[in-house]
Amino acid sequence: MTVDHAELITFKGFGKTFSTKAGDLRAATDINLAIGQGEFVTLVGPSGCGKSTLLNAAAGLFPPTDGQVLYRGKPVAGYNHSVGYMTQSDHLLPWRDVVGNIAVPLEIKGMGRREIADRVSELVTLVGLKGFEKSYPTQLSGGMRKRAALARLLAYDPDTLLMDEPFGALDAQLRLGLQIQLRRLCQRLNKTVLFVTHDLDEAIALADRAVVFTRRPGTVKRILTVDLPRDRNLMQLRHDRRYMELTAELWDLLAPSIAEIEALVEAA
Amino acid sequence: MRVWLIRFVLLASFLALWEITSGWLFRPFFISSPSAVLITFWKWVESGRLFYHAGITVIEAFTGFALGGLAGMAAGIVLGQSRTLADILDPFIMIFYSLPKIALAPLFVLWFGVGIDMKIILTASVVFFLVFLNTYTGVRNVSRELIAILRLMGASDRHVLTKVILPSAVSWVFAGLRLSVPYALIGAIVGELIAANQGLGYLLADASGQFNTAGVFAALLAIVLLALVLNFFVKILEKLVMPWHQDQELREFSI
Repeated sequence: MTVDHAELITFKGFGKTFSTKAGDLRAATDINLAIGQGEFVTLVGPSGCGKSTLLNAAAGLFPPTDGQVLYRGKPVAGYNHSVGYMTQSDHLLPWRDVVGNIAVPLEIKGMGRREIADRVSELVTLVGLKGFEKSYPTQLSGGMRKRAALARLLAYDPDTLLMDEPFGALDAQLRLGLQIQLRRLCQRLNKTVLFVTHDLDEAIALADRAVVFTRRPGTVKRILTVDLPRDRNLMQLRHDRRYMELTAELWDLLAPSIAEIEALVEAA
Repeated sequence: MRVWLIRFVLLASFLALWEITSGWLFRPFFISSPSAVLITFWKWVESGRLFYHAGITVIEAFTGFALGGLAGMAAGIVLGQSRTLADILDPFIMIFYSLPKIALAPLFVLWFGVGIDMKIILTASVVFFLVFLNTYTGVRNVSRELIAILRLMGASDRHVLTKVILPSAVSWVFAGLRLSVPYALIGAIVGELIAANQGLGYLLADASGQFNTAGVFAALLAIVLLALVLNFFVKILEKLVMPWHQDQELREFSI
């Protein structure tokens, strides 16, 4: 499969300042970034460098302070219905069971009952939650909740997935399983993904491109093109030479800012 | 099981102490005795007097509870969603909230007479505020993230209301309703104490007027039983409406 490089999301001179009680906080500054249709882009950088801000702006939760955010060439104004959002906390509706939660976007679309039931059962199987259809979120483990949230995200079939450390709190095996699923699904359905992570391995393993940010106010420091095969085998990556080179490169890019933080901690 | 045994022993020894001291340490005129109370209670049951009066109180408490609860919920949902409206009305709401609603009883007698309507309205005005304030808080506390996520799915205002705001406010509404049960009874019974010729409050006032201490205690017993029944119904309703809540209580605790 080839990447169709029609520009889908474009950040042009993007900057964002939040006003807080303690004064203005410059979260992101002068960001220029173009994401193509069907691309899997990971965003890495120190905490508070504006990665999540970028996602929020792409979703239209707030307007940029400076510059522009374009989606399919048009400025994002208000909630962007072409994107699906998944964060570290799964934001399932606690009063609905797994089936009910996955059905939410379908109900909003106004689908018929029978159609919803069919589609939901497909998705439940897809994310491996068979047998837990009637469980409420509080009865599920963290990994299951993530999978339910992923199924809900896929249910409304947005063109673009915005993912903010979705697998952050999971154990290594579960994470790998979900990463494989996600990568496979996105490739099959030609989804565009903006994926924020703190995990350097994840940043390379999943990405077509990895965007490295500077410390706050965050701006793009480097963009690594991950020239691994598109249908890569995530299980075998650990032994891949190119993969090791790329993660090492990413490490070197981020190490200086980690050193800076260390210095700050020691000074304090 | 053991807890129940201890409870039973406590109750039994209290009743025994009451029975023994009555007529020996204290005059039965003031404290009556459990046996006398039970006899009076049983007489009322047999004559049907109890059910008649309890029925009236139930109608008053229940109708007032339902009306006040519904109005409180509706007001809570509307004001919870509109910050401006809530800001404008805030001082007025606080004035009415701080006013002991029971003090409105004489006014309600003037307006609605001494019939059953006056007790219903008194009860409703007491329940209204408890349910309203809880619902309002509930609607205010709805996770904005949940709403944003549904908005991204293309949810309309109606979707957000029915799929997020209402269900998440439900547990608050029930907190208000549970709190309201005893207050609903206060409303109904105070109304009856002030002016009535039927209802448990009337039975209570009537027994007291005739210096029938056993009757006073029997009426109190009936009121307690009624409160238990009402509480029970709220609990059942809660379980039916919020199945996910029960699981939350049962699930294993972890932090």
